[in-house]
Amino acid sequence: MQISARRHDKTTIFDLSGDIDSANSPVVRDSVLREIRESRTPRVVVNLSQVRYMDSSGVASLVEGLKASRDLGSRFILVGLTTSTREVLQLSRLIKVFEVYDSEDQAMAS
Amino acid sequence: MLALYSNPKWLSVARAAVERLAEVLGFPVEQCRSITRAVDEALTNIVRHSYSNRLDQPIAMYFRRAQRRHNGQVQQRLEILLCERGPAVDPSKFQGRPLDEIRPGGLGLHFIQQAMDTVEFTRKGSTNRLCLVKYLAHGSSVL
Repeated sequence: MQISARRHDKTTIFDLSGDIDSANSPVVRDSVLREIRESRTPRVVVNLSQVRYMDSSGVASLVEGLKASRDLGSRFILVGLTTSTREVLQLSRLIKVFEVYDSEDQAMAS
Repeated sequence: MLALYSNPKWLSVARAAVERLAEVLGFPVEQCRSITRAVDEALTNIVRHSYSNRLDQPIAMYFRRAQRRHNGQVQQRLEILLCERGPAVDPSKFQGRPLDEIRPGGLGLHFIQQAMDTVEFTRKGSTNRLCLVKYLAHGSSVL
């Protein structure tokens, strides 16, 4: 699993790749929360297009990112859901609480 | 049979093995993913709750192909048995959180129950045993 963050046009963008499971979700959680609190951009985008697998702890990390963003008045947007990541968000019924776009461009234009 | 230690770094190896096994047994792609997810979540629960995140505890996974007669037809199934030697637990306390709550955690058990046809926990001697069963739909078997 790899995670990186970049800033563009008042937006913090996270790029995640690989498998997110309990071996590495604490890293995802800590990285996302730290960057959200430090950057305080009005929009946070998480690009999941290169994520092959995500377990319930990965979903929990996204929920924590959503809550931290809301606390700071920021939007928290997911883009590029793969079949696997979409499934776990649908199974947990959490997909409806996230803003979801197909692509980063769509999220940036929203 | 697959034996591994309770270090989460081995989860990806277990997932790869289970997903490939489900594919070879003829499960549809979506069910291969859900069975794999169920096993991954069950292993994560063992590491976290039964072994309190200790990394060097034993977990054994047994896989069995079996069949039954159901409504006059032979139905194939995959049985996955997870054995670990953590403390005895009360199965009645295995509860996921309500899905209408928006908060982290408590989803793993839902993923297991949504994926598998039966989920049975037993304790035999000093071993906790979690048996996960998934039936193949009629006509999709390549066994």
